[in-house]
Amino acid sequence: MSRTTTRTPRHTSSGYAVGRVRPLVALAWLAPALALIFGVVLFPAVMLFQASRGEYSITGLRKGDAGWANYTKVLEHPDLGTVLTNTVIWVVSVVALTIVISLGLAQFLVKNFPGRRFVRWAIIVPWAASLVITAQLFVLLYDFNYGLINHALKSVGLIETSIDFLGNDSWTMASMVLVGVFVSLPFTIFVFIAGINAIPDDVHEAAVVDGASPWQRWRQVTLPLLRPALLVATVLNVIYVFNSFPIVYTLNDRNPGYLHDTTITFMYKLAFKSQEKDVGMSAAAGVINVLLILLVVAVYLRIVNWREETR
Amino acid sequence: MSTVTRSSRPRWGLTVGGALLALAFLAPYVVMLLGSLRSSSDNKATPPSFLPKVWQWSTYADVLGDERFLAWLRTSLLVGLASTVIVILVAVPAAYMTARYTFPGRTPFLLLVLITQMFSPTALVVGLYREFFELNLINTYGALILTNAAFNLAFAVWILHGFFSSIPTEIEEAAQLDGVTRWQSLRRIMLPLILPGLVTATIFTFIAAWNEYVVALTLIIDDSKKPLTVGFRSYVTGYEQNWDQLFAASVIAVVPVVILFALIEKHLVGGLTAGSVK
Repeated sequence: MSRTTTRTPRHTSSGYAVGRVRPLVALAWLAPALALIFGVVLFPAVMLFQASRGEYSITGLRKGDAGWANYTKVLEHPDLGTVLTNTVIWVVSVVALTIVISLGLAQFLVKNFPGRRFVRWAIIVPWAASLVITAQLFVLLYDFNYGLINHALKSVGLIETSIDFLGNDSWTMASMVLVGVFVSLPFTIFVFIAGINAIPDDVHEAAVVDGASPWQRWRQVTLPLLRPALLVATVLNVIYVFNSFPIVYTLNDRNPGYLHDTTITFMYKLAFKSQEKDVGMSAAAGVINVLLILLVVAVYLRIVNWREETR
Repeated sequence: MSTVTRSSRPRWGLTVGGALLALAFLAPYVVMLLGSLRSSSDNKATPPSFLPKVWQWSTYADVLGDERFLAWLRTSLLVGLASTVIVILVAVPAAYMTARYTFPGRTPFLLLVLITQMFSPTALVVGLYREFFELNLINTYGALILTNAAFNLAFAVWILHGFFSSIPTEIEEAAQLDGVTRWQSLRRIMLPLILPGLVTATIFTFIAAWNEYVVALTLIIDDSKKPLTVGFRSYVTGYEQNWDQLFAASVIAVVPVVILFALIEKHLVGGLTAGSVK
């Protein structure tokens, strides 16, 4: 079934329709979805905006209107520069590494070998495990004193003394990125397996007949045909990684301040964990977060000419 | 599956590479499993040992007999199942209507769904808190169920939309000539045909809800109403460090999900493509 779908991806909007329906009939079928979207996604977004314009006490009571003061406070926050830089490094490195590694691994996993199913099952595990569990697990694996990673590196002679993966400022981001990539790989690999399987065999056979080398075949046949899968994998990963909370929050738990925070954990700490305990300011940071992700995705879709792909 | 595989001749040489790959992905979770089978102090021994000094199976009995743990498990199951049922009931008619019929507002609706995909409950958590506070739903399962259903709806609609679009229209047109209503056509003809899509959307939603963390962390106050993801962290705090129990609870939380995923592994590939087309 998936093959039929992907072989004919360019439906015109009426080509697959059974017919027209009256707007009221359509509305009845869409009403529950609209209720959920408006009630629990868009309404909280409005509430978030309202909160961002209010002045709150440290216990969360609204004291009055703040105008745009919360936004000024966020934009003038001394750590904002660090947090934004961290966010860019976090999103770009996790997504880029995930995409590149997944392309290679997916190419391997479509090959036919005994036990392939078991390997695919094993790869699912980091996806199925909750991010909190995996993050908590890595806190122990990375530990300075009793972490197995330090122990293993020392016993094979790669390092002399333990590395403080989560406490040493020059290691923290790299340690977080490693976990970020690890948990993003399964989903991305499966998107690419699906994409590669959807490429018709005859295209490859034609390239072989034409005498193309394996690298040329991959570069000039597989990669261009994987464009829709690449697009989906990139967009969804950017959204997931940008919004990712448990990894940055858990791995960075013991470090004071905002030195390794991304905009999402920065926003959360503003309301619930900092000296500020400022709901209004946190809400303003939340609004900025939503606008940032919308902007990034819109720009990306613009660059890759999204309309052409999904017409 | 065999028709889409590049080379039909299985190669044992690749199995070695596959085994190494599987090991790399499983390694942290093997450590987790072993960690659940050793004492808490053994988990913090220096230097660390890979295998437990003493195999301590009793931790599982402890955790499964712990009323707090059972309460968290109940919350996770309840929230996971309820939000999944809501998502499927809501997404199926919407996906069917947009995939099969044209009407004014169809494109804006699909755009709205696409935008919803970009909103995460984490970014909106202050807004969610305020809404549920006004509705008097703080510290209730209802708040968690509604949130998980709403934020996973977009993905389900996309996947199902892709599957519905992939069914040739002739099948339904023939049925309509026979006087079958739209509802009957959906239930009797289309749903059986898109079963793999339905399974994929169901399991995706369930797992997303099962693993949700930030909203539950913020909206739930009572320890007994917390889901597993939030609750089990209290095994390791500044005051008590029961790593063995934390790991045993994690193993119990992860295993059913891995089994669910393994069951749909075949559909997973198809489901992701169908969803990716539109």
